[in-house]
Amino acid sequence: MDLAELHATAERERARRKAIRVLCCTSSGCQASRSLELFHQLEAAVTATGQDEAVEVASVGCMGFCGQGPMVRVEPADLLFERVRPEQAAEIIAALAGEPCSVERGDPNHPFFARQVHVVRRNGGFIDPERIEEYIAAGGYEALYRVLHDFTPAEVIQEITRSGLRGRGGAGYPTGLKWATVAKSPGERKFVVCNGDEGDPGAFMDRSILESDPHLVLEGMAIAAYAVGAHEGYIFVRGEYPLAIQRLTRAINQARKLGLLGSQIFETAFDFKVEIRVGAGAFVCGEETALIASIEGRRSQPRPRPPYPAEKGLWGFPTLINNVETFANIAPIIEHGADWYASIGTEKSTGTKVFALTGKVRNTGLIEVPMGMTLREIVEDLGGGSPDGTPVKAVQTGGPSGGCIPARLFDTPVDYESLAAAGSIMGSGGMVVMDAHTSMVQIAQFYMAFCMDESCGKCVPCRVGTVQMYRLLSKVVAGAATPADLEQLEQLCRLVRETSLCGLGQSAPNPVLSTLRYFREEYEALLREEAAAGANGTP
Amino acid sequence: MSRITFATVWFGGCSGCHMSLLDLDTWLLDLASMVELVYGPLADRKTFPDGVDLTLVEGAIANLEHLELAREIRRKTRVLVALGDCAVTGNVTALRNLAGDPSGLLQQIYLERGDPPLAVPEAPGIVPRLIERVTPLHAVVPVDHFLPGCPPSAPRIRATLEALLAGAEPPEIGRFG
Amino acid sequence: MAARTLTIDGRLVSARAGESILEAARDAGIHIPTLCYLEGLSEMGACRLCLVEVTGSNRLLPACLTPVSEGMEVHTATERLREHRRAIVELLFAERNHVCAVCVASGNCELQNLAIRVGMTHVRYDYLNPVCAVDISHPQFGIDHNRCVLCARCVRACDEVEGVHTWDIAGRGVNARVITDLGVPWGEAESCTSCGKCLLACPTGAIFRRGTSVAELERDPKRIALIVASRQERW
Ligand SMILES: Cc1cc2nc3c(=O)[nH]c(=O)nc-3n(C[C@H](O)[C@H](O)[C@H](O)COP(=O)(O)O)c2cc1C
Ligand code: SF4
Ligand code: SF4
Ligand code: SF4
Ligand code: SF4
Ligand code: FES
Ligand code: FES
Repeated sequence: MDLAELHATAERERARRKAIRVLCCTSSGCQASRSLELFHQLEAAVTATGQDEAVEVASVGCMGFCGQGPMVRVEPADLLFERVRPEQAAEIIAALAGEPCSVERGDPNHPFFARQVHVVRRNGGFIDPERIEEYIAAGGYEALYRVLHDFTPAEVIQEITRSGLRGRGGAGYPTGLKWATVAKSPGERKFVVCNGDEGDPGAFMDRSILESDPHLVLEGMAIAAYAVGAHEGYIFVRGEYPLAIQRLTRAINQARKLGLLGSQIFETAFDFKVEIRVGAGAFVCGEETALIASIEGRRSQPRPRPPYPAEKGLWGFPTLINNVETFANIAPIIEHGADWYASIGTEKSTGTKVFALTGKVRNTGLIEVPMGMTLREIVEDLGGGSPDGTPVKAVQTGGPSGGCIPARLFDTPVDYESLAAAGSIMGSGGMVVMDAHTSMVQIAQFYMAFCMDESCGKCVPCRVGTVQMYRLLSKVVAGAATPADLEQLEQLCRLVRETSLCGLGQSAPNPVLSTLRYFREEYEALLREEAAAGANGTP
Repeated sequence: MSRITFATVWFGGCSGCHMSLLDLDTWLLDLASMVELVYGPLADRKTFPDGVDLTLVEGAIANLEHLELAREIRRKTRVLVALGDCAVTGNVTALRNLAGDPSGLLQQIYLERGDPPLAVPEAPGIVPRLIERVTPLHAVVPVDHFLPGCPPSAPRIRATLEALLAGAEPPEIGRFG
Repeated sequence: MAARTLTIDGRLVSARAGESILEAARDAGIHIPTLCYLEGLSEMGACRLCLVEVTGSNRLLPACLTPVSEGMEVHTATERLREHRRAIVELLFAERNHVCAVCVASGNCELQNLAIRVGMTHVRYDYLNPVCAVDISHPQFGIDHNRCVLCARCVRACDEVEGVHTWDIAGRGVNARVITDLGVPWGEAESCTSCGKCLLACPTGAIFRRGTSVAELERDPKRIALIVASRQERW
């Protein structure tokens, strides 16, 4: 494969396309509401109405409006249909010929769509993720070609560094800096690992990217491998994502056949092979040292850092670990340049971030927005505000490692520093909107139950401290706790945060701390008086 | 100066801690000169008096009577000491927590394994009801000092009492068990 | 070997490059509490008792795993560290069923000693009282999960010193348990050579020699380091 062939492939694909494309989302969200059946019904309806010449039905990835799924989009007319039942397939196809249609229509100019900026999700919902030709027709693998031919590894790293991209796995570590460390670390072998464990409850950003545009991630990994000097890569995907695994497997095979992965990519000396590793589903597997242990075939438990994986990772070799969304940003940065990327977002948090918007808002689903957009814009403009008029009280970001930000701080811009200052974190992209009926103590209890169940059990403060915190929270919820119990809860928060071995334990107290910070009165309202008078001195 | 009023209490324990106290032999005479024993297994009194200066509690909280008396004692005592592992940790007495809820346990002991099978004792006002889970003393009332050991040795009890009577901090705590 | 000079609790200490803070402190006679660390075995950093403060780092660092560096300023016993250590020991006592009065290891138990060392007068947290098994299927040894603190010293002694890996840990969180082979009773674990190294390494009354009664357990975990050291001399 060379550039001319790549372009020829794209050309063939464009020529193959029919005048009208009916795009039916077959990602997990819509599949759960029978979109596969819908897809087949759409195809049957096209044939039945004799429109095979002009109309094709394509299975595409997530369009983001998953709460309204199944979604169908018609190109080039840019018609959007929501909550489509398989029985309505014929009606949609008939509508193409100008018949009236009663299927619920979406508005492509709705702020939910219009306010988004698509970098990593640019192909999501437009291409069939199981056909590499569609990715190539959308400009795919050109960035890899350019990197291999026009860039030295150091120049790639420089470009990524200049873009300001930070890791999307939660901590926001500068990606260029991490790549540079791996590139500099001496090692006979090096590895690139993509972290697709995505264990936060309610999060499905990475799943959506892997299901909707797997080649974007593969291309990002290949560029990274070239930059750091690696020839082997792993994608770690959680076992609960069978569709993502299936589409990735297919994507890897297709790329290998075309010489876009494997040996002598684009007829250069660069080799890169990728394997999929399926996780057993524990949240802690997503922690990078635990993930390494898991790929090595050991019990998936974190180990203390340093040494960081960038120096000593898989089997002791320098290893680059990045999140799915981080890798998905790479090809667009190479394509459009670091300056373009840095112009999106804020100075210290560049680019976009994908969030899974859920909870008490009218529009739920996946959104990709520029960094720096305020919580208010996200909740009110994109989310459409409260569905039933009950005032919105807070937004939870960062999942079990994050915190709740109260409505009065909704002008907080969504960037790494501002969220941290407000007592939460960016995290991987979970965003749950809560209204006045939500008990913040119960929210804290919910996340603590999660951490308690997911603690790997290696270190004492997290293993036992989370159980004790959970018990105290349950006591508060039951109205049985005293002020002394609340004090003990706060003491445990400090202990577990400061002494736990890995990020799970270190951040497990965050939901409690942030709800205590902003909603302390909800805790205090549930307390009862001390059972007996306090102790009082010596005789 | 009036003597310090002193009480000892025996909850869910084996009385070993009281035995250890009695092991103090002749020092008990010195103690008697410093304190007035106003309540306990070694004194003849039915109700816990008001305004006690110092109370030693042996044993874990295992039944309703323990629970109620512990609260009363706390109200009426200036300095409360948990004496021995049962009071400090629950110890052997709390092993029954592993067997689950107490009614099933009583069934097992009196009926299923009783030889001959007896009735589960039910005598409101005479036999106090077991509480769900045995707990140490400090889980139900605030405790001022802890004196672990099973039992704490006589010299350790003495050192603690001497310090408390002198208004000083008790010595370093000892070993559990 | 290159030397490094650092201060520990205000005292000037010299150490070999590559040595851990823990080793340097011990050589200087400064005690840092430990539980999962055992000389002769790899470090694991799991118990968090040896955490120290190092000037310039906003995180607490495990002394057993942190190498010394030139000019490092280490504090091993600040108020905050003492409070955390006591809480960690209390959490361990609350986790399983530690009834020292009837335990084989009483008087020869690192956890029991730690309680004294960190000034634990009582446990402020709820006792979890889990129902735990006792496995005496092995002809010589027994494992009482009521006393296990999950330090994995048995796992490492068996794997790294005996070269067998009979022990491992299964389960998550407070439901984690040490297991022999793939979860079979110890007596049926075919890999076990009955060498007794796990017994030597265990800090508590969890692994015991059958036939020992309350407070009768005798063992010297330092022998693990001796075995390791004498092998290195020979080879
Ligand atoms: C408990 C825990 C769970 C984590 N889970 C994930 C995950 O599911 N996906 C992910 O990308 N990073 C996860 N991380 C972060 C990773 O350790 C690592 O920092 C990240 O993959 C690095 O990629 P990035 O620099 O691109 O963000 C987790 C961290 C912790 C402490
Ligand atoms: S903090 Fe929790 S998850 Fe992390 S190593 Fe410790 S026990 Fe395991
Ligand atoms: S293992 Fe140690 S701390 Fe636990 S009961 Fe036995 S002696 Fe006590
Ligand atoms: S006796 Fe030896 S071989 Fe057997 S489990 Fe213990 S350390 Fe391993
Ligand atoms: S059995 Fe002993 S050595 Fe093994 S983990 Fe438990 S306490 Fe540690
Ligand atoms: S899964 Fe279909 S729109 Fe997201
Ligand atoms: S001794 Fe260092 S963490 Fe356990």
